[in-house]
Amino acid sequence: MDYEKLSLPNYNIPDDIQNAVAITTLDRLYNWGRRSSVWPLMFGLACCAIEMIAAQTARYDLARFGMEVMRPTPRQADMMLVSGTVTKKMLPSIIRLYNQMPEPKYVVAMGACASSGGPFKEGYNVVAGIDKFLPVDVYIPGCPPTPQALIAGLIKLQEKIDKESIKTVRWYNKEKFDGNYVPMPILGPDLIDVRRNAEIRDIASAKATQESA
Amino acid sequence: MYGKGILKGLSVTWKRFWDTYTEDISWMLRGKKRYNTDEGIRHRSSKDTKGIFTVQYPEEQLIVPEEFRYVPFLVYDEGADGKKDVRCTSCGICAKVCPPQCIWIVRTNDPATGRPVPVPTDFYVDMDICMNCGFCAEYCPFDAIKMDHDFDIASYGRNIYNIDKLLKPASYYAGIRPENYTREEEARKAKEAARAAKAEASASAA
Amino acid sequence: MATALQTQTVDLVARFPAIVTADARSGYTGFIVNKENLVEVATAVRDEFGFDLLTAVTGVDYIAENKMEVVYHAYKTIGGTGLAFKVQVERVDPIEVPSLINIWAGVDFQEREAWDLYGIKFTGHPDLRRILMWEGYEGHPLRKDWKEPFFEEETKPFKSRWPEGKHTFSEEKNPFRDNLNFPKDFDPEKYIVNKEEDLYASLERYTTKDVEGSMKTDHIVVNMGPHHPSTHGVLRVAVTLDGETIIGLKPVMGYLHRNHDKIGERNTYLQNIPYTDRLDYFNSMSNNFGYAITVEKLMNIQVAERAEYIRVIMAELSRVQNHLIFIGMLMNDLGAMYTPSLYAFEERELILDIFEAVSGARMMCNYFRFGGVVRDVPDFALKKIHDLVTDRLPAKTDEMERFLNENEILMARLKGIHVLNAEEAINYSVTGPVLRATGVPYDLRRADPYSIYDRFDFDVAVRHNGDMMDNYLIRFDEIRQSLRILEQALKQIPQGPINSQKPAYQVRVPAGEAYGRIESPKGELGFYVVSNGKPNPYRYHVRPASFVNLTAIESICRGTKIADFVALLAMLDIVMGELDR
Repeated sequence: MDYEKLSLPNYNIPDDIQNAVAITTLDRLYNWGRRSSVWPLMFGLACCAIEMIAAQTARYDLARFGMEVMRPTPRQADMMLVSGTVTKKMLPSIIRLYNQMPEPKYVVAMGACASSGGPFKEGYNVVAGIDKFLPVDVYIPGCPPTPQALIAGLIKLQEKIDKESIKTVRWYNKEKFDGNYVPMPILGPDLIDVRRNAEIRDIASAKATQESA
Repeated sequence: MYGKGILKGLSVTWKRFWDTYTEDISWMLRGKKRYNTDEGIRHRSSKDTKGIFTVQYPEEQLIVPEEFRYVPFLVYDEGADGKKDVRCTSCGICAKVCPPQCIWIVRTNDPATGRPVPVPTDFYVDMDICMNCGFCAEYCPFDAIKMDHDFDIASYGRNIYNIDKLLKPASYYAGIRPENYTREEEARKAKEAARAAKAEASASAA
Repeated sequence: MATALQTQTVDLVARFPAIVTADARSGYTGFIVNKENLVEVATAVRDEFGFDLLTAVTGVDYIAENKMEVVYHAYKTIGGTGLAFKVQVERVDPIEVPSLINIWAGVDFQEREAWDLYGIKFTGHPDLRRILMWEGYEGHPLRKDWKEPFFEEETKPFKSRWPEGKHTFSEEKNPFRDNLNFPKDFDPEKYIVNKEEDLYASLERYTTKDVEGSMKTDHIVVNMGPHHPSTHGVLRVAVTLDGETIIGLKPVMGYLHRNHDKIGERNTYLQNIPYTDRLDYFNSMSNNFGYAITVEKLMNIQVAERAEYIRVIMAELSRVQNHLIFIGMLMNDLGAMYTPSLYAFEERELILDIFEAVSGARMMCNYFRFGGVVRDVPDFALKKIHDLVTDRLPAKTDEMERFLNENEILMARLKGIHVLNAEEAINYSVTGPVLRATGVPYDLRRADPYSIYDRFDFDVAVRHNGDMMDNYLIRFDEIRQSLRILEQALKQIPQGPINSQKPAYQVRVPAGEAYGRIESPKGELGFYVVSNGKPNPYRYHVRPASFVNLTAIESICRGTKIADFVALLAMLDIVMGELDR
C-alpha cells in the first residue's frame, strides 16, 4: 500500500471498513483545526466591507465556517480580508496591521479594487492591487462580490489550507522564515515604497536628465 | 418599573428565537421540507419569513432573479458539427461603453484584402477591473455579450479572461435568462423575416 | 422641472451695481462677484436676501480662459430656489480668494478641499490644510494640466482598446512601473517625513492655557482610526482630551479618496452612473437619482411618467433600508453588539432582493438612465414591494421600536445629549435628518421639490430637541413617511414606457452648468456638472451630504465625554465612500 497517499486530502477509505476505521494524519487534523477557525480582522475599507458585513449577518452567517469572530485587533486575527479600494493614504496603516498579525496569516483580496485597483485603478490616490505589497492568497472578482461569492472565495481559502503540510509551512521553517515582514511605505510627494528606494532615485534622476536634454 | 423596557425588548428577541422552532414544527406538520428545497428557500426570502433566515450556502443557494449580473461572458451559437458560431462581430461598442475600460478586442482582418472581418481574433476582459455594471450587455447590438450568474470564480491568481474562457453556449444563456432569451430570439426572428420579406420585395420589383 | 431661469430670483446686480455682474455665458446662471467684495456680497446674500444655507462650494478650472472659478450655491431653509454666485480669479499662483468661513462655518471642509485639489488659497481660513490627500503631496490633482501617473488619454473611450486591442497595462507605460510619479531628481532617502505638526497645531486652537491657581493637568492627544471599529470605515479622528472631556477634535479623511471627480471628468456622461453607485454605497439608487436629474436638467429632457414613479419607489426603499441600518449600526456603536443590526440587516436583505430583481445587483444598482430607468419593474417584484410596504416593513418598524425605544440603557445614553441646535446646524450647512431633528423642517422633497414628490401626501419629519434621542427617533419617523410615499406611489404608478429617450451610449449634452440636488437619506446630495458640449463633462463635482455634515463634528463634540463621541459620530450617519469620494 502506498502510505504517501494517506496524507493527501480526501483519501477514501474502502467501503468494507468505512464504519470501523477512521484515519487521519497530523496534517489533516492540523489543517482541519485551522480551516475551521479562521478569524478575520475586523477591517473594512469601502463598498465591499458592507457585503462583508452582510455575509456575517443572518442570511449568510459566516459562523457556519468558524469565521464569525471578527477581531478588531490584528494580534488575534488569522485572515486579513482586504475589502475595498486600497488608497495610498491608507496603505501604511494596512501594512502596519499586516505586520502586527501573527502567523499563520492569510490575505484575501475581496473585490476588484483590492485585487488590482478595479474601476478606480486610474485614480491618483489608488494602489493598483494590494498584491503589490502583501502576498495575496485568494482573489475574489466582483464589484462588490455578493456575500455568496465571498463565501465561495473563503471556501477556496479553506481548500488552500487543506493542502498545507506542517512540514513545509513557512512559519515553522526557522532558517527561511523572516516573519513575512513588509517594510512600511512612506507618504512623500507620492507613495514611497522603501524597498524600491534606489530604483526610484535612479528613475527620478533619469527623468531630470531627460527633461534637460 | 425600572428594567421594563429591557424586558420588553427581550421579549422581542425571545419571540424571534421561538419562531424558529414553531416555524420548523409547522413545516414538519404540513409534511414539507423547509431546508434544501426551492420552496423553503423561496419562503425564507419572502415577506412571510420568520425564524431562521439563513440560506446555507454552499448546500443551499439563493434563487437569483433573472436579471442578476456578475461578470460578462460571450455567447456563441452551437452550429452544426459542434462549430462555435461566435455572435460577437467585434464592433467595439462594449469596449467603448465600458466605464473602467476593462475590455479590449483584437479585430480580425482578412489577410488577403486587409478589410475587417466581423469576428474577434481575441477578446479580453480583465475581471479584476470589471465593475459588473452591465453596460456591455445592455448596449451590445448583437446580443453577443451577456452578464453571467456564476459568481463562484474566486481564484489563487489574477483573473484576465481571454476569448476561450469567456465563450459560453447560447443554451447556457437560455438557461440562466429564459425570458430575455425568448424575447431576443423573437425579435431576431422578426427582424430576419422582415429582411427576407424586403429582399423578396426588391427581387420581385426588379 | 426646474429651469435655468428659476435661480435668478434675486437681483444682486441692482444691489451691487459696480461689483456684481450677471453670468452671461450661455447655459450658465447666477452672478459673478468681484473678488475684493466677496465677503461683503456674501454677507448681504445671507442677511439681506435670506439665503442662510450655503450648500456647495467648489472650484472649476477654466484653463482655456486662464481663469480659476469658485462657485457658491446658497439656499433658503424656508425653501425655494437657490442663488449661485461665483468668483473668478486669474489662474496664476498664488490663486487667492477670501474665505467665507466667518459667514458660513459650513464652508470649512469644502474650502479645504478646493485648496487641496485646485490649489486655491482661501485667505482668512484658519486651518487651510490638505484634506483628502496628505500634506506633502505633489500637485493639485483636479487642475486640468495635472496628469495622474496612470494617465492614458484625455477622455474615454481609450483608443487602445479597440480595434487593435493593443492594450498594455498602465504599469508598463509609467517610468516608475506603478501608480507613482515623483518630481525629477527626487531622492527618497533624503525625504523628511511629514510628522503632521500642522494637524496637531490646529488641534491646539481651542485649548485653553492653564488658569492660575487651578490644578495643572496635561492634555492627551488620541488618534482614533483609520482602523477603528466605530468610525464607520476609514475615518481618522485626532482628539485632544482633558481627562475624559474632549477639548479639541479634528477629523482626518481621504483614506478612501478614490478620485471620483477626476475619473468623472474623463468618463462619458453615461459611464459616470455606475461610479455614482459607489459614492454612498448604501444608497446607490439615491445617488443615481441625483446624478440623473442633474444631467437631465442640462439636457433639458423630460422623464417618462412611469419611470418617475419607479425612481421614487426605489429611492424611498433605499431610504428605508438606510435608516434601518443606521439604527442597527448605532446600537453596535453603543455596545448592543449585533442583535439589533442583525434584525436590521434582515429587512435590508429583503429590500436588496428587490433591487437585485429590477437592476441585477444588490448594492451597485446602476439602474437609472437619462430620461428614465434601464428596465421595467417585473410584476413579481412590484408585488413583492407591495407586500413589504403594506405588510412587513410597518410591522417590523413597530417591532424595532418595541425592541429598543423603551430600553433604559438606550435612553440613558441618548436622552439629553445635545447634538446641535438649529442655528449651529444651519451655520454648518448641515442637512438631512440631523438638521430636521433640530426643528428645521428642511426637506428637499418639500422645500425644493424634484421629480414628482409634489404629488405625494407626506409630512416632513421634524423633532425639536436636537439631542441624540431626537436624532435617533427621527429615523423612525422618516421610515414611516417613506412607507406612506411608497404606498401612494404603488397605487398611482401608471403603465407606459420607462424611458423617454432612445437607448444610446453617447448622449448629447449642451454646454452649460447645472446644480442638481436631492434629499438623500443622509442629507442633501448635490451634483455640479459643467458641460462644454463634448461627450465628457468638463467639471463633475459631488457635494456629498456626509462630507459637509461632518464639518459640524468638532463643534458637536467639544465639551462632551469621549464615550459619547462614538455615538455622536454615528448620529451624523456618515459613509466613507461619499465622504472621501
